[in-house]
Amino acid sequence: MSDNNQTGPIQYKFETNVVAMFLITLGLVSVGGLVEIVPLFYLDETMEHNQHKEILWDRQEGQTLNDWQAGDGVRPYTPLELMGRKVYIREGCYLCHSQMIRPFRDEKERYGHYSLASESIYDHPFQWGSKRTGPDLARVGGKYSDDWHRLHLEAPRSVVPESVMPNYPWLAKAPVDAENTMKHMEVMRNMAINPAPYTDADMASVAAEVEGKTELDALVDYLQVLGTMVKFDENKDYR
Amino acid sequence: MQASLDQKYNFEIIKWFTVSAVIYLVVGTAVGVLIASQLAWPVLNFDIAELTFGRLRPLHTNAVIFAFGGMSLMATSYYSVQRTCGVRIWSDKLAWFVFWGWTAIIVSAVITLPLGITQSKEYAELEWPIDIAIAVVWVAYTFNFVMTLATRKTKHIYVSNWFFLSMMVMITLLHVVNSLAVPVDMFNSYSVFSGVQDAMIQWWWGHNAVGFYLTAGFLGIMYYFVPKQAGRPVFSYRLSVIHFWALTFGYVWLGAHHLQYTALPDWTGSVGAAISLAMIIPSWGGAINGMMTLSGAWDKLRTDYILRFLIVSLAFYAMSTFEGPVMSAKTVNALSHYTDWTIGHVHSGALGWVAMVASGAIYHLVMKLWNTKMYSESLINAHFWLATIGTVVYIIAMWVSGIMQGLMWRDYDQFGTLTYTFAESVAAMHPYYAMRAVGGLIYWTGGVLMLFNVIMTIRMATSEKSVSSAATATA
Repeated sequence: MSDNNQTGPIQYKFETNVVAMFLITLGLVSVGGLVEIVPLFYLDETMEHNQHKEILWDRQEGQTLNDWQAGDGVRPYTPLELMGRKVYIREGCYLCHSQMIRPFRDEKERYGHYSLASESIYDHPFQWGSKRTGPDLARVGGKYSDDWHRLHLEAPRSVVPESVMPNYPWLAKAPVDAENTMKHMEVMRNMAINPAPYTDADMASVAAEVEGKTELDALVDYLQVLGTMVKFDENKDYR
Repeated sequence: MQASLDQKYNFEIIKWFTVSAVIYLVVGTAVGVLIASQLAWPVLNFDIAELTFGRLRPLHTNAVIFAFGGMSLMATSYYSVQRTCGVRIWSDKLAWFVFWGWTAIIVSAVITLPLGITQSKEYAELEWPIDIAIAVVWVAYTFNFVMTLATRKTKHIYVSNWFFLSMMVMITLLHVVNSLAVPVDMFNSYSVFSGVQDAMIQWWWGHNAVGFYLTAGFLGIMYYFVPKQAGRPVFSYRLSVIHFWALTFGYVWLGAHHLQYTALPDWTGSVGAAISLAMIIPSWGGAINGMMTLSGAWDKLRTDYILRFLIVSLAFYAMSTFEGPVMSAKTVNALSHYTDWTIGHVHSGALGWVAMVASGAIYHLVMKLWNTKMYSESLINAHFWLATIGTVVYIIAMWVSGIMQGLMWRDYDQFGTLTYTFAESVAAMHPYYAMRAVGGLIYWTGGVLMLFNVIMTIRMATSEKSVSSAATATA
């Protein structure tokens, strides 16, 4: 293979100079990320609410999170929902349940309208998931009763015999702490990118909202709001 | 001879990395077998929070990728950089810092992940204090490697070092950006990014943890250990140049193919898919380069079991780098995404390529470092067959279950309604989930044989050494 062993001048430079090798590698590996990621932060088409304002909740002065009705548009999570989401993350629910419906006929019939980017605008971090060992949960809100969810989380096979989901008996025994909830809301409120627009009134309501609630209550509240925020017009193309 | 090599190079540190890698292979795959079994038999979650699937799955991925994979990479890169540059590692102290730092990170992962302390970004679950530690130790690892290259005695930097270097650079970049988070307290934090941007950044990380950590790094292993074990030079220098630059530039783009048909803009997913397809060329070029290194010495495969590991790993590398682009094609991805096919694809790469090439390199290292033969050749052969059969059983189970899931979910009956409920698709998976657990168990058994074989070899070598030095002393 002797004819294969000639080094060109450029290759020779990199191969004999570790600084050059380091810098060119750093440059090359940066390109793909820059091209694919950076535009997502400034291209208006990325988030559907830039074209369709009604996707985000237009909150009026003095309205509380409890004044919001399903279909009013995307809003930040209530204190209890936010703590429910924290439980969802802690237990690794995202490893078996996606929250991202693709624009296919079967997914529409099984789960509902395809998901929008704007729907997860307040999701730090995103919970789209990558695997469906269990069904997609992007629009599970309102499909089952609170009681069904409680039974299902405590002992999934009592309501779905085929299920392979673990039992979560400890959630009902763990209280939600108001002070802790405040800290989580503060962080979400002060995010540099897509902060949750909580008002001072929202913050003041935390103690009352989570009083006497358990992690199970919180998780059920979170599941029940998923996918219910936006009212879709079937005749509209959102993407 | 060995005594002078021991003085010239730092072999002691490599020994620690190597033995750690073997231990973590056994531990990481054991957790894998447990969580695979939990999906077949959910009673194995035992109603104990710390043992549920959702908490152990990140432990499995972190243990095999960062504990086993990390220790393997550190052992092989620090060994081969010394040998190919003809110098000792730049700083012994920094190398020990890397070893103990990485070990501390692994221990903290083992404690925090079962407690549910997680950032929920796949393969980047560890909380922010551990993330900072990872960044510090990784930069120390990189710095020591680069400084060793800078002090080399050879004119050219050998090809394996290019791959190790590009892995170190890219992983630093990925880890720092993807882990940016705002802490709530010591054990909680939230990603600074949200929704669609967070998704893209996560899979930019996710696919390049595969592309650089598990591919470029292990190609570094291939480019040093295959020629060494075969006793022949790399087949084509030119092919390795193409392989390296194309992989370094191209792999970075692939993350977007994890998000096709999602709320990520279509253009991003399509760019990812197009470059994914193109990546067949450098990947197969590299696989051919490795395999053809054996040309003229194929007979060695009959007698050299370590070479078998290395060559079969390249076959799996070629297979999964063909499968990957196929799965990133949009029509295929529509079916395969969200299914077990993805899990199968990952494991044909992880079990078949990454762990096999690392196992081959580890056997080679153990013999060089302790200057001895392996305790048992036939145990290496048994490990080889268990690893191969275990991988094949695993990926066949996941192919069948994955494609079946995809087809069941989109199936319509004669009345135009969905044929199957989701629960029916879950029930249909049971035999394949059981089969997957068996495949994993077979693979794990092979790992146990390697651990036993390595321990016995080291014991044998150390007792021989003390006998011979005693003999010298009396003489």
